[in-house]
Amino acid sequence: MSLLDVRDLSVVFQRRGERPFTAVDKVSFTVEPGQTVGLVGESGCGKSVTSLAIMGLLPKRGNKVGGEVLFDGTDLLKLRPNDMRDRRGREISMIFQDPLSSLNPVIPIGVQVAEVLERHQGRDRKQALREARDLLDAVGIPDPQRRLSEYPHQISGGMRQRALIAIALACKPRLLIADEPTTALDVTIQAQILTLLKQLVDDTGTALVMITHDLGVVAGLCDTVNVLYGGKVVERARRHELFAHARHPYTHGLLNSVPRLDSPRGERLHAIRGSVSDNIPWTEGCAFAPRCDNVVDACLEGPPPLEPTATGGDLRCNNPVSEEVTVR
Amino acid sequence: MSDPITQAGAPTPRSGNDKPGSGDDKPRPGMSERSIGVLGDRKKARLDELARASASDRGGVSLVRDAVRRLRRNPVAIVGASIVGLFILVAIFAPLIAPHDPVQRFDELTKNLTVDSIPGATAGHPFGSDPLGRDFLSRMIYGARQTLFVGVLATLIGLSLGVLIGAIAGAFGGWVDVVLMRLTDVMLALPSLLLAITLVAMASRSSQWTVIFAVAIVSVPIFARLLRGSMLAQRESDHVLAARALGVKERNIVLRHMLPNSLTAVIVQATLTFAVAILDAAALSFLGLGDPDINRAEWGLMLGVDGQRYFEVRPELAYYPALAIIVVALGFTLLGEAMREAIDPKNRR
Ligand SMILES: Nc1ncnc2c1ncn2[C@@H]1O[C@H](COP(=O)(O)OP(=O)(O)OP(=O)(O)O)[C@@H](O)[C@H]1O
Ligand SMILES: [Mg+2]
Repeated sequence: MSLLDVRDLSVVFQRRGERPFTAVDKVSFTVEPGQTVGLVGESGCGKSVTSLAIMGLLPKRGNKVGGEVLFDGTDLLKLRPNDMRDRRGREISMIFQDPLSSLNPVIPIGVQVAEVLERHQGRDRKQALREARDLLDAVGIPDPQRRLSEYPHQISGGMRQRALIAIALACKPRLLIADEPTTALDVTIQAQILTLLKQLVDDTGTALVMITHDLGVVAGLCDTVNVLYGGKVVERARRHELFAHARHPYTHGLLNSVPRLDSPRGERLHAIRGSVSDNIPWTEGCAFAPRCDNVVDACLEGPPPLEPTATGGDLRCNNPVSEEVTVR
Repeated sequence: MSDPITQAGAPTPRSGNDKPGSGDDKPRPGMSERSIGVLGDRKKARLDELARASASDRGGVSLVRDAVRRLRRNPVAIVGASIVGLFILVAIFAPLIAPHDPVQRFDELTKNLTVDSIPGATAGHPFGSDPLGRDFLSRMIYGARQTLFVGVLATLIGLSLGVLIGAIAGAFGGWVDVVLMRLTDVMLALPSLLLAITLVAMASRSSQWTVIFAVAIVSVPIFARLLRGSMLAQRESDHVLAARALGVKERNIVLRHMLPNSLTAVIVQATLTFAVAILDAAALSFLGLGDPDINRAEWGLMLGVDGQRYFEVRPELAYYPALAIIVVALGFTLLGEAMREAIDPKNRR
């Protein structure tokens, strides 16, 4: 059984007097224990909303969540709020994009780590603080004893994200969802944080859902990658399949828009035409059609289905990039 | 462990376990260059050291101390704090500073007292006499005490009630919020002094407590709305979402996250409210709605009764209390504004 089995997850935002907006449209994917799965896509494609829906953290009003989120066989969407709250931070944790604003500015770092242990493991403050120091040490924060009493604004951005990782992993959850955990950091720090995350999830056997728009992150980290477009999965593949033989024109475009060292000098980067605002609704055809180089008539006649590929992935495309032609 | 991100194109090292897609993965060369750390290890170590050093410069500085440090660089804050500090010192040490008992009538003053002449500076009485033959300087000094007392109590009462109402509205939301906020709307709709006057007039017997209470009540809606507003903003904040993601209970979300982070704004407002409380209390005394005790030295009373009645005879009786009220209120306002700036997260670091 998969650790996480997301089935036909949909999130529709509905504000009074506004047209309903489908941010996540029947998204399905699975995460095996200890595996790292990527959710990749442009800004606005529904990555964060997907993760918040899994965590049960969407606002109470103004949206409708459909489908199933099976965690170890239990549908999280059907849990009572209190039961779900008991699992958050203990069995499933999440790290957010901005490490400074994700920490409580008026509570010292050490106490913030300790409070999770008190909440979920019933530790007393003293014991929790001792463990907090070890956790800060484990995520590579220098001089952890002193950091315990420092406030978030007193430490660097990289250290804050390390502290957040320590908090998220304090109770050794089975699943960690990281929503663009390095986007707010310097490039050099990004690499350090990703290495640390990789090492920690490998050491503890925690499964990781890595949300990113950065294919470099995917390249170094993920076992399987789900590419999202307009709230739907358009391609799913094992990492090396994806990088070697991207089939969906969108994935293809994403890969080609990344600078590479082995490309001929002077060659221009290929940006994907247009922007997300050019999307057509999935009900009328393929949302990507207006930006697609491979568009055929069928693309405007209805949404293409997500179909298994020969290489064990899934693809939602009428006219995929041919298998023989590798990227560029 | 080697770094999968910095080793572009190399097979990704995995620790032990046999997961799908582990062994023979070769991300196409170039794919991961985007996140390569370009610095060598030695340089990185050096930078880490620098980062550590600069971080330890700030070591142990709390949020409050950080704000205080910023305040000390701001001349407005220094002027405000000096005035406030001096005022508080005078108020506390009034018995030591004042040359005389503020209620004692002195023969050498009363004997020269007539309806159209009040003695000015004489030996032992540098500020001269008040209309009852008491030492004016001593009464001014004791007036600081009374002003501080009224201001502190009124502000504390207003703050406590306001914080309570605002916290309940912000924490519960829904109809509780609607009802409480309509209530504060009503209070805010009335001019504050008018509301205070009404309250004092409604009290059967006026004392300094009616003044304190009236001035406090007037500040309640301001504190309540302020706190509720920042609680609502906090509810939407990233750290509250992050806390929810950790399973923190709703009670602790309110008490540990929303409330403490909303209080800074309230503390600043308290400083500003103090200035208004002093002015309002003085105004009530001036209008004759204050404490009827003629022995109590109080600037508003001194200005309203003695200053007004004997303005032609001895204008200093009006000038000095008026000046004291204005300067002290100004001091608190300057300090409050500077504090507002200092705690603004936009100015942090
Ligand atoms: N509370 C909300 N109410 C209405 N619409 C929302 C809400 N939250 C998100 N959306 C919409 O849902 C869509 C998906 O948003 P989401 O935050 O998941 O994007 P994302 O893929 O995480 O993008 P990014 O890379 O910018 O973080 C967006 O178009 C956004 O405007
Ligand atoms: Mg997002």
